[in-house]
Amino acid sequence: MRYMIILSVADLIVKSNIANSQLFSSYLTSMLSKQHSGRRLFTVALTLSAGALTISRFRISSTADQIRKILFRSQFIEFDQLIEFGMAIKVGIVVVLLAVASICEAVAIFHPISESHLSAALELFSPVAGSFSSLEEAYEALRTFEVLGIEKKPDIKDDTCNSVVDTLSSMSSNSRDLYHALQVNGLLKCKTSKDALTGITSRLKDAVKDATSLLDYYHSIGGLLLIKDQSSEVDVLLKNADGILRSIKALSQSDGRWRYSANNPESSTYAAGLAFETLSGVIQLAASTIDENLIGTLKKDIVKLFDSIEKYDDGSYYFDDKHIDSSGHQGPLSATAAVVRGLTTFASTSESLNIPEDKILGLARFFLGIGVPGNSKDLYYQIDSLSHLENNRVSVPLILSIPATVLSLTSKDKFKVKVNTVLGSIAPPLSVKLMQVFSSGSKDGSVLKQELHFDPKEAIHMLDALPEGVDIGEYVFAFEIVLSDPEHKRKFATGGRTKVPVHVTGVVKVDDAKVAVLEGDIVESEKKLDLPGKNDLALSANHLQKLHLSFLLTTPFGKPFKPHQALLKLRHETGVEHIFVVENSGRHFETTLDFLGLVDKFFYLSGQYDIELTVGDAVMENSFLQPLGSIELDLPKAPEKATQPPPQAVNPYLRYGPKAEIAHIFRAPEKRPPQEVSFAFLGLVLVPFLAFLVGLLRLGVNLKNFPTSTIPAAFAILFHSGIAAVLLLYVLFWLKLDLFTTLKTLGLIGIFLMFVGHRTLSHLASASAKLKSA
Amino acid sequence: MGKSTVTTKDDAQALFHSLRSAYSSTPTNLKIIDLYVLFAVFTALIQVGYMAIVGSFPFNSFLSGVLSCVGTAVLAVCLRIQVNKENKEFKDLPPERAFADFVLCNLVLHLVIMNFLG
Repeated sequence: MRYMIILSVADLIVKSNIANSQLFSSYLTSMLSKQHSGRRLFTVALTLSAGALTISRFRISSTADQIRKILFRSQFIEFDQLIEFGMAIKVGIVVVLLAVASICEAVAIFHPISESHLSAALELFSPVAGSFSSLEEAYEALRTFEVLGIEKKPDIKDDTCNSVVDTLSSMSSNSRDLYHALQVNGLLKCKTSKDALTGITSRLKDAVKDATSLLDYYHSIGGLLLIKDQSSEVDVLLKNADGILRSIKALSQSDGRWRYSANNPESSTYAAGLAFETLSGVIQLAASTIDENLIGTLKKDIVKLFDSIEKYDDGSYYFDDKHIDSSGHQGPLSATAAVVRGLTTFASTSESLNIPEDKILGLARFFLGIGVPGNSKDLYYQIDSLSHLENNRVSVPLILSIPATVLSLTSKDKFKVKVNTVLGSIAPPLSVKLMQVFSSGSKDGSVLKQELHFDPKEAIHMLDALPEGVDIGEYVFAFEIVLSDPEHKRKFATGGRTKVPVHVTGVVKVDDAKVAVLEGDIVESEKKLDLPGKNDLALSANHLQKLHLSFLLTTPFGKPFKPHQALLKLRHETGVEHIFVVENSGRHFETTLDFLGLVDKFFYLSGQYDIELTVGDAVMENSFLQPLGSIELDLPKAPEKATQPPPQAVNPYLRYGPKAEIAHIFRAPEKRPPQEVSFAFLGLVLVPFLAFLVGLLRLGVNLKNFPTSTIPAAFAILFHSGIAAVLLLYVLFWLKLDLFTTLKTLGLIGIFLMFVGHRTLSHLASASAKLKSA
Repeated sequence: MGKSTVTTKDDAQALFHSLRSAYSSTPTNLKIIDLYVLFAVFTALIQVGYMAIVGSFPFNSFLSGVLSCVGTAVLAVCLRIQVNKENKEFKDLPPERAFADFVLCNLVLHLVIMNFLG
């Protein structure tokens, strides 16, 4: 359960903000500190795999790189140690290998914008209840739709237009609201009056004069620029352009970043991007020409910012903001998008901005490497930045993409390469050359210079025939793009050599397969196998014999082939399994099972064993897992101290099914004497009572002393009846009453009895005293 | 010495006769009390015999039964002591008072016994 939480947390964190590595690293640190070192490796491996599983959001190398940075920071484990302990960590190893491969080779494939982006945009930007929640969001949605070529629905248009007109005409809107409203207006072209725009222009000009922070400048200058595009009649030109430029420049820092305001020391790359956009806007709105030196210093600032650019190993460049702003969504994506916007708008105002073309290509790769983002803001940043890069005046990046990286030798696929701009449009005339082919793992490759054949109908470059010696396996192809027109070399960024991973698959021939039972070295029985077809062997052996299996594997070109898996499995009728690896020398694969040595491993279980052979590899098209038949093994009896075979997995339905019902056993009642005995003794107990009565009669008991006169007699009678009542009460108490009622009644009778008894006994006492004296 | 051999038997008989004659001179009320005590003791003995035969399963019942007999016998003995005119210690105690005590104590004893009987 906990690992699902790790996976989902990792996914969330990576999705929202990969620069939140501090959070992630602190989480990882706290997780790892609670565990023993043995489990740490597994946790780390699992977290790595969690990171790798978010491939759909970010590419593997960036995630692995990020996680590698986090791990180094958290100082728990070295990457090398992980590779050493690879045996124990099956999942982690796959990720580690991928990461290592990507780090060493810098091999990655980028694809330009495709259909999946369109469908994602439609899904993510669907307005809630028919309209967008804010004009900013409306602008993001509309801009994305415009770039991707999606038609807007008319009812959204009306709703949004109403909101735009309201904002533009209201007096309480600040420059930020006006800016967003004007942005949306620029895309939707709502009906706005010239007077409204004039009024807004004067408000924005005042805002420029009073502006102190970068965002004030950004919104007001941006608004004025948008008005300039939307209406040619309104005068938006700024008189004091030089002064404004200088005051914006005052917010810059020496490392290339910009601050938001003079009071706030916080600086970010995102702010730098906004500043460039604002500066280009000022230059465009200037009423008079601006000092060339000033523009020169601004260009130097932009170049300075590019010193802080960061790089991933697959060749993509990006800008990262070191601390997270309170607005939340700052990170590499928004910072890079802001810089790209600023750079391209600045480049459109002036020529000769010296940014190396591989950095522009790297920025394009960064945005394309995201794939299809998961939320609307990220999608907007990606699409908006790519559209700016598509038509920028510094250099337009060209993307080389491979539609299919797996070639099959059997179906004689032709290798196809596409070269497009970032938004998928057609590239200028060029040719693609295959420069080198590296086979997996090796650094050197054969140098070719094979040109690919261009098919103009499908706009695809095709390799007519695979180079010599390309057998089945994994390769890295290195391509170079050569532009036909030398003028285009300045305009377009091709990126030198592009490396692409390619898998070549084919059918592997299995020859000369046979199984033999050996007695010592003498072959007792031998059978030929038909691999990979069906086989049904019925062998028998005892513990003194050996089982020998051998076969040959050859590639389509006749070379020896070592598959990833060549396993022989023996499965007992009780379900106990044993797996053996089939070793090879060149082409020849064989394994010998010496049952004498394996008797202990087989837990001394005799009986029928099913044989299964597995040969498989990623590039083998005919990988197989074939049951070969069965072998009857006769092993000696297990000695006392032999290990027991592991218990087989219980059917989960049985394990968690209902258990036997337990009936409660009540305490057996005590043995009671038979009733006749009890009755006999009841009678016997009454005998002394009878004897007492008889004795009393014999003694001559009389009632002579009983008072005869009325009142004392009454009292005497009451006395005796009182005692009788108490005794009756006791009997009732034993039969059904509880103690409290009894005590209550006893109290009442007792009081009565005391009174009566006192009277009676004192009367008797006085009578006897009289008798004595008399 | 013929006389000495018969003496023991004669002595026992003579002792017994003298006891009987001495006893017959006790007042009747004391004889009643003695009879009552004997009755109580015999009842207790019969209960013990019953328990010996069938086992002491409801032990509380057995105890309450035996103790009621024994208790009432003890109280009767106390009454006899107090009522006996020859007893100089209780010369000033009127016998009715002693009887009233006897009745009260018996009632309390039997309440407890009934509770314990179960």
